[in-house]
Amino acid sequence: MDAAIHVEALSKRFGALEVLRGIDCAVAESEVVCVIGPSGSGKSTLLRCLNGLEEATSGRVLVHGVPVHDRATDLDAVRTEIGMVFQRFNLFPHKTVLQNITLAPAALRNLAPAEARARAEALLHKVGVFDKRDAYPNQLSGGQQQRVAIARALAMQPRIMLFDEPTSSLDPEMVDEVLTVMQALADEGMTMVVVTHEMGFARRVADRVLFMDDGRIVEEGPPEELFEHPSAERTQRFLAKVLRA
Amino acid sequence: MEPVLWFGWFRADIIAEYSELFWRGLWMTIGVTIVCILQGSLLGLLVGMARLAEARHPPARQLCRFLIRWPATVYVSFFRGTPLFVQILLMHFAVLPLLINPVDGWLIAGDTAREIKQDYGALVSGVLALTLNAGAYISEIFRAGIQSIDRGQTEAARSLGLSYRQAMYHVVLPQAFRRMLPPLGNNAIALLKDSSLVSAVGLAELAYAARTVAGAYSRYWEPYLTIAFMYWTLTLALAYMVRRLEHRYGRGDTR
Repeated sequence: MDAAIHVEALSKRFGALEVLRGIDCAVAESEVVCVIGPSGSGKSTLLRCLNGLEEATSGRVLVHGVPVHDRATDLDAVRTEIGMVFQRFNLFPHKTVLQNITLAPAALRNLAPAEARARAEALLHKVGVFDKRDAYPNQLSGGQQQRVAIARALAMQPRIMLFDEPTSSLDPEMVDEVLTVMQALADEGMTMVVVTHEMGFARRVADRVLFMDDGRIVEEGPPEELFEHPSAERTQRFLAKVLRA
Repeated sequence: MEPVLWFGWFRADIIAEYSELFWRGLWMTIGVTIVCILQGSLLGLLVGMARLAEARHPPARQLCRFLIRWPATVYVSFFRGTPLFVQILLMHFAVLPLLINPVDGWLIAGDTAREIKQDYGALVSGVLALTLNAGAYISEIFRAGIQSIDRGQTEAARSLGLSYRQAMYHVVLPQAFRRMLPPLGNNAIALLKDSSLVSAVGLAELAYAARTVAGAYSRYWEPYLTIAFMYWTLTLALAYMVRRLEHRYGRGDTR
């Protein structure tokens, strides 16, 4: 089967700082891949290279066969197929919850307002924030905001979802409500790449876990294998630290 | 007309006698201010965007810097770095004759040029100078307003597939506009007051009316105090309108 995402020799440099040093990986259709690793290891940069928010210095990124790294590619079109959820939610504060969700489909898919609204409401039911549909983002809790952000990304009916530390800026008691929504999405067969510090979630939901450090993928494998029997010494040290907590 | 004294010293009859001149001056001041605010805002938006323009890749990158960003920066620097009064004089006595001249005007020549210069010369140069000056200041307001919006907003919009333009139009500019309202209001008030400088090249607005009356009677309290109150009323009204706008569009801004 063709890979949903295919990354080859991907490097990214910010000035003198080498953030990614030759990444090779692939994500299959309907696969859930969690990326873990210490801060500054390049996890988020890798994720942002997948939808072209960050431009690769060298290497190739293919999403459903479309070369994201190629300047000639229409990135806007590619991005409609890839939803992204950010650590800081990034909801549009001047728009209501419903307007946040209908904005892109209405602007890009020429949906009739009623149709866009109906779809948005269905998504809000799904993520459990329907009763807040007419509120503004600043009237919502962090967990609610993040669930709205997931609904907003889903409104474009993407084939892939990227999550950039989706629970890292949440109060602890709100983490689960977001993870539950993500798990449901995974169960439906969504292709997902999740950068996360939630080891429990990675273990439970991921088909495969990538451990990154210093711009490289140090180790990868099914969660039970990587968590129980990490082969690399660096992975062992990292897991010993985070799992003890 | 019999002298009419208010409070024993204010010759109200002078103002009454010239009331038509003051009214016409008032409308001219209002008209010039509105036109210059509108044109200046449009110019300011374009220049502000130009100063933020960026291209990722080599040929476009250099073109962008030298043909868009650099000229915009020089323009803003010049009009913010020189006195408005000097700009008005330069515009009226140096630039305008170059553009509109019966003999060899670059834009308009011949008898039309003579008529335009005669009848509208001060208006054209005054409005032009004020617009260019306001555009420079407003572009800085736009630039700061756009830059103050968190990068995550643009990224979220782009990640959904919106183009740069759509992200600007739907997401960045509406939020930036809210933050720009207070400084834009201040700028409009400054423009209203600064429009009095255009009287120096003979545009018949409020300050010019006062000067005419002062010259005719050699009395200074009456005409200048009168226009001072008229300006004051106008700025108060403008400040009130800006506050109303802020109140109306101020919702949903968390930062």
